[in-house]
Amino acid sequence: MTRRLLVLGAGTAGTMIANRMRRVLDARDWEITIVDKDDVHLYQPGFLFLPFATYRPDQVRRSRHTLLADGIDLVLAGVEQIDAGAGTVTLGDGRVLAYDQLVITTGTSPRPDQTPGMLGDLWRRDVFDFYTFDGAMALQRALQQLTGGRLVVHVTDMPIKCPVAPLEFVFLADAWLRARGMRERTELVFATPLSGAFTQPVAAERLGSLLADRDIRVETDYLVERIDEQGKALVSYDERRIDFDLLVTVPLNMGAEVITRSGLGDELGYVPVDRHTLRSRAYENVFVVGDAADLPTSKAGSVAHFAVETFVHNFPLLVEGREPVDAFDGHANCFVETGNGKGLLIDFDYDTQPLPGTYPLPWVGPMRLLTETRANHLGKLAFRWLYWNALLPGRPIPLPAHMSMRGKDTSLLAAA
Amino acid sequence: MPETMLDGHRIHVDAEGFLTDPAEWDEELADVLAAQIGLTLTDAHWKALHFLRADFAQQGETATLRRVSTLGAIPVKELFALFPGKPAKKMAYVAGLPKPHGCV
Repeated sequence: MTRRLLVLGAGTAGTMIANRMRRVLDARDWEITIVDKDDVHLYQPGFLFLPFATYRPDQVRRSRHTLLADGIDLVLAGVEQIDAGAGTVTLGDGRVLAYDQLVITTGTSPRPDQTPGMLGDLWRRDVFDFYTFDGAMALQRALQQLTGGRLVVHVTDMPIKCPVAPLEFVFLADAWLRARGMRERTELVFATPLSGAFTQPVAAERLGSLLADRDIRVETDYLVERIDEQGKALVSYDERRIDFDLLVTVPLNMGAEVITRSGLGDELGYVPVDRHTLRSRAYENVFVVGDAADLPTSKAGSVAHFAVETFVHNFPLLVEGREPVDAFDGHANCFVETGNGKGLLIDFDYDTQPLPGTYPLPWVGPMRLLTETRANHLGKLAFRWLYWNALLPGRPIPLPAHMSMRGKDTSLLAAA
Repeated sequence: MPETMLDGHRIHVDAEGFLTDPAEWDEELADVLAAQIGLTLTDAHWKALHFLRADFAQQGETATLRRVSTLGAIPVKELFALFPGKPAKKMAYVAGLPKPHGCV
């Protein structure tokens, strides 16, 4: 009898899983269905470049159905309820889909509604996010009209999707303002709930001066309680005010509302999973891949990619009650744009912090870790092509899923 | 990781003084650690610390302020009053747990 694999969410992780599993699982044995609310797949790393008009909107959008292989059923509908006990999913239009195995890839979303004052009159007028397509485009218009003042880049709370993006934004804003001769009349402030802009010891030691060199003020341990709309200021729980003319905020990130509604999530709506197999801790036939899981690693596309590699190896075995052959290590790597055509690259996992070295080839590179180079910037730009043409279709990319210590400077670990 | 003696307790700590082995912690040590950062522990502090220890034992990572507030039922505002300035960091330090950290 045919078994049913249901994937909720056709973003980075969901699209990759559906495409990869369609090749791995025999079509006579397995039906694969993927559900998403609309037919627009967004290249989220590109949102960083939209405010500065470096990318055009058409470069970050594709139709979801063109990205899915034949033999995958795409259902366009919202998800109302997951009944993991019964093995069914109820859609917004009332349809009920039954599954044998469920993969949740519903990601994480910015929730400006969770901070008092954020979604008020100032929203998209003086307060912007850039983690949504509409937000990034609205910010582009605001930057075009900027004449100076205080620009505050702010993170509400961790974890957030792509944790390096706020730093990248502030670096790019600095370079953008300088190129327009506006930097001297624009004060830049970076407010973070963490104890520093860089918190991992080796990265902090290597990169600590990047913000100071650019005359960017850093406000640390800053946990916003509310936005004072009349006064145009952030107000923290310990009563620190940061006035702004333009606020670029990263709102609180939460998992999909259906996760909470269905009783599957933690306090932020992320699903607790085994960190090595990505299997739900509550239900044997439920897996969670990408940002929707409560994994202690970055919420980023690279993590979803590496996690999918592990998942694809393990899934056929786990559903037969056999032992997994692979264990996800929390591997992440992220390009960090630093402005003026340069970038950094970081590579790390659950246990090992970002270290200097080379990537992907030990001692060869061509990317350099924790070092600003032009090659890293070009790598980031080239990744968009790889994303659409290789990563999502599930074609092999010569990047190892597991983190390697080869080519990394481990001597700094002892010093840190 | 450096080994150090603190008021008769032999402990392993990282460069910032956070315990690297949560098993080396006990409540007596918590009082000593708290004194190091100018705190005298009250019942309200202990409620947060006990939540943090129990949650770490289950989750394997240090709870965020939001988690302490949501699941431990202590408002964030109160955590700032109990552990002024840097509550997440100070709570983890006194509870003998790893510092909450970012990815870079």
